[in-house]
Amino acid sequence: MTHKAPANRTMKVDALARVEGEGAMYVEVDDGEVRDVQLRIYEPPRFFEAFLRGRRFTEPPDITARICGICPVAYQMSSARAIEDACGVEVDGALRDLRHLLYCGELIESHTLHVAMLHAPDFLGYESAIEMATDHRPEVELSLRLKKVGNNLIDLIGGRAVHPVNVRVGGFYRVPSERELRPIAERLREARDDARALTEWVSTFDFPDFEHDHELVALSHPNEYAILSGRVVSDRGLDVPETDYGNHIAEEQVPHSTALHARLLARGNYLVGPLARYSLHADKLTPIAAEAARDAGLGPACRNPFQSIIVRSVEVLHACDMALQLIDRYERPARPAIDVQPRAGVGAACSEAPRGLLYHRYEIDDDGLIVDAQIVPPTSQNQPTIEHDLFHLVEDHLDLDRDRLRDRCEQAIRNYDPCISCATHFLDLVVDER
Amino acid sequence: MTDAPDVRVIGVGNEFRRDDGVGLRVVDEIRRRDPTVAVVELDGEPTRILDAWEGADAVVVVDALRSGAAPGTIRTLRVEDGVRLPRGTGHSSHRAGVAEAVELARALRRLPHVVLCAVEGADFGPGPTLSPSVASAVDEAAEHVLAEVRRLRGGAAAAS
Repeated sequence: MTHKAPANRTMKVDALARVEGEGAMYVEVDDGEVRDVQLRIYEPPRFFEAFLRGRRFTEPPDITARICGICPVAYQMSSARAIEDACGVEVDGALRDLRHLLYCGELIESHTLHVAMLHAPDFLGYESAIEMATDHRPEVELSLRLKKVGNNLIDLIGGRAVHPVNVRVGGFYRVPSERELRPIAERLREARDDARALTEWVSTFDFPDFEHDHELVALSHPNEYAILSGRVVSDRGLDVPETDYGNHIAEEQVPHSTALHARLLARGNYLVGPLARYSLHADKLTPIAAEAARDAGLGPACRNPFQSIIVRSVEVLHACDMALQLIDRYERPARPAIDVQPRAGVGAACSEAPRGLLYHRYEIDDDGLIVDAQIVPPTSQNQPTIEHDLFHLVEDHLDLDRDRLRDRCEQAIRNYDPCISCATHFLDLVVDER
Repeated sequence: MTDAPDVRVIGVGNEFRRDDGVGLRVVDEIRRRDPTVAVVELDGEPTRILDAWEGADAVVVVDALRSGAAPGTIRTLRVEDGVRLPRGTGHSSHRAGVAEAVELARALRRLPHVVLCAVEGADFGPGPTLSPSVASAVDEAAEHVLAEVRRLRGGAAAAS
């Protein structure tokens, strides 16, 4: 670096804004060198894994849905499928399509909230979406319409929009008729136009020149942009069944976080989420979404985390388009769920939550009681990577004044849409200059 | 117009955070007393609040409050143009709520007539039960909200 950095400083953000949950950031600079960067997660631990023990094998979809108000469907899908794996059954056909459709609703809702309400104000220099709404009313209005379609899908298939209740091990409690799905198809067609406009809008933002080199990990499916099931693959050769994923990661405790940090065994930091999904599987997007990605200037892969806002918008468009295809071919199944009988054993499954890969593993006994549960949320997996990005970002921008450096760091954290509440077993910014 | 004005009641809160759930309990009580009143239960995420009151002539929002008053104290705030609720400053999306929804709707120029009925809470820690002083205010708060609904229905009708 050619610029002269202030020799010593600490930067603290005691309560990070526009993230899901509560955390802080701490940066320590000593003699012009960055010594330490910590994403501090101080939300109290939540003990879900412990209180799942001894519960019936049918309960995880309802219990784990409570982990997150933004991505409950992800928890329901990973948990239901992990239990089904333990019991030796697989849900496919129209029931699987309905699960996929429900998941599309969550991707639309969660991504749109992050893109428009939490992340866009960073790029346009507003304190929050409220200040931004005065100057960018059409964009905020279209985002609200989009998010509402996502809500409606979850409400329709999940039974209610917040913490849906209609998912069960084996399928659903009730499945909609073809006719019930028709009105939402009309709204999804309009939503596609809104999602395309959203993608165009965010692609005009200024993006800092920053690329990372993390290993990218995502689910992979032979003929889908994988969300619901598949193998876990990376851009550096990882290729394992989703049920086996737990054997390839190590979770460790760090003193500054109530979230565990996950690393790939013998490989280290890695990244899950929209950038990983897009970079590994852009060829699986629906043609409309792929075209919007090209028009927005994205190449076949995207390694600039600041551009994750474009990728999320493209994924919203994909989810709207995919949802329409799923509704188009839907025929109401004869029964809302398949029979699932408990048996002693272990089962595991992954799905792509909006923030990335979500792994669940359950051990159950012959009576169908849960003996052991493990949940690895995306933010735990990304936390070491977020810290790594922050370290280099601070190193490259020590010439910035304190406020601008802090803003840039907060924006970099929001690039990953961390869900702190999900990760706690998980932000405020502290820079420590000496 | 002969249609009665569309007045909705929105209960906001988290039933697993003790007194934070008071808005939901009041809405339960209203549902029991008068099934003709349109009620919605929400977690407080601002855009969901906007969705819930879209197209309404008026809404009564019931929420828990932490102002330092005696637990169970009921306060009614009419959010007319110009009245601003204190916003949770620069915090996570988990701290956003009714005030953010009101400000966002105002910025988008589609703020309905909003009456906020707030019940002072004592304990916002984890747990499913209300504090005794807050629980004993539920009936009176429901009464208050129903009176507001009647006033808003009548008032808007008289205006049309």
